[in-house]
Amino acid sequence: MINIGLGHYLFLAAIIFIIGVIGIFLNRKNVIIILMSIELILLAVNINLVSFSIFTQDLTGQIFTMFILTVAAAEAAIGLAIIVVYYRNKGSIRVEDISSLKG
Amino acid sequence: MIAHTIFFYFFSIIAIFSAIMVVASKNTVYSVFYLILDFISISCLFIMIGAEFLGMIMLIVYVGAVAVLFLFVVMMLNVSGTKDNQFKRKISYSHISFGALISLIIFLELIIVVGGWKYKPNIVEISSIRIDKDFTNTHAIGNVIYTDYIHLFQLAGLILLVSMIGAIVLTYRKREGIKKQSYFKQISREKKDAVALVEVESNKGINLDD
Repeated sequence: MINIGLGHYLFLAAIIFIIGVIGIFLNRKNVIIILMSIELILLAVNINLVSFSIFTQDLTGQIFTMFILTVAAAEAAIGLAIIVVYYRNKGSIRVEDISSLKG
Repeated sequence: MIAHTIFFYFFSIIAIFSAIMVVASKNTVYSVFYLILDFISISCLFIMIGAEFLGMIMLIVYVGAVAVLFLFVVMMLNVSGTKDNQFKRKISYSHISFGALISLIIFLELIIVVGGWKYKPNIVEISSIRIDKDFTNTHAIGNVIYTDYIHLFQLAGLILLVSMIGAIVLTYRKREGIKKQSYFKQISREKKDAVALVEVESNKGINLDD
């Protein structure tokens, strides 16, 4: 409990990951919250990689984290652009209203 | 050592609290602010355990760019304006138990993996790129990323380029009735199209309208 080891960081990452998953499931308000939950999940993955990298004295994890950061930024940009286009066409981004593919 | 423990619990409690508030907050703008707080506390954790470069990159990229992008979109789309619809419609709660069950299962699986995990004694020796104590963190990453990982680094730049082009193409729209600068017309304009020399007789004047 006093000595902080790798397990503590992995536990923190697991909690944040689960909060992100719950956010995707429980959300009924708008799609932007879902995008933020995806950012939370990627953040949890980053915590895992960095803590493994530090505790095993291997730099590869930190470099991989940089690439995950790049992909996360690209994903946020594209996702927000899609949301803006959808709002312009339909006038709402509530999750319940997005049902055009249901037939 | 005790300071490390105190700071770890401080920042991780803030991180978990703000992650919960991102999901649970009623107002979307508050969610974005809690997301920013989450990123800041996690980057403090990164700096604390010795990944300074990534901590700073997290601050710059996430807080400075991504979160502000979220904030911009939230304020542009006027999400809270749809609040009135919530009272008209009946909200179903059946998905909550389903989501909580799946999340609980994933969490238990993760805890089983983390709890049963043990160091292999020679794991430090077999690591491919050792962290050298003589260099700073930024120096070590720079040593590797421009030599061994140069192709992946350039591919990351390509991903950013593609996402930028994609975002522009998606949100671009042609609008009618807007005066625009035409570079081709400007450059291809010549003297004989624009200037005419006219001999004007005295006391006659000239009509410019035709």
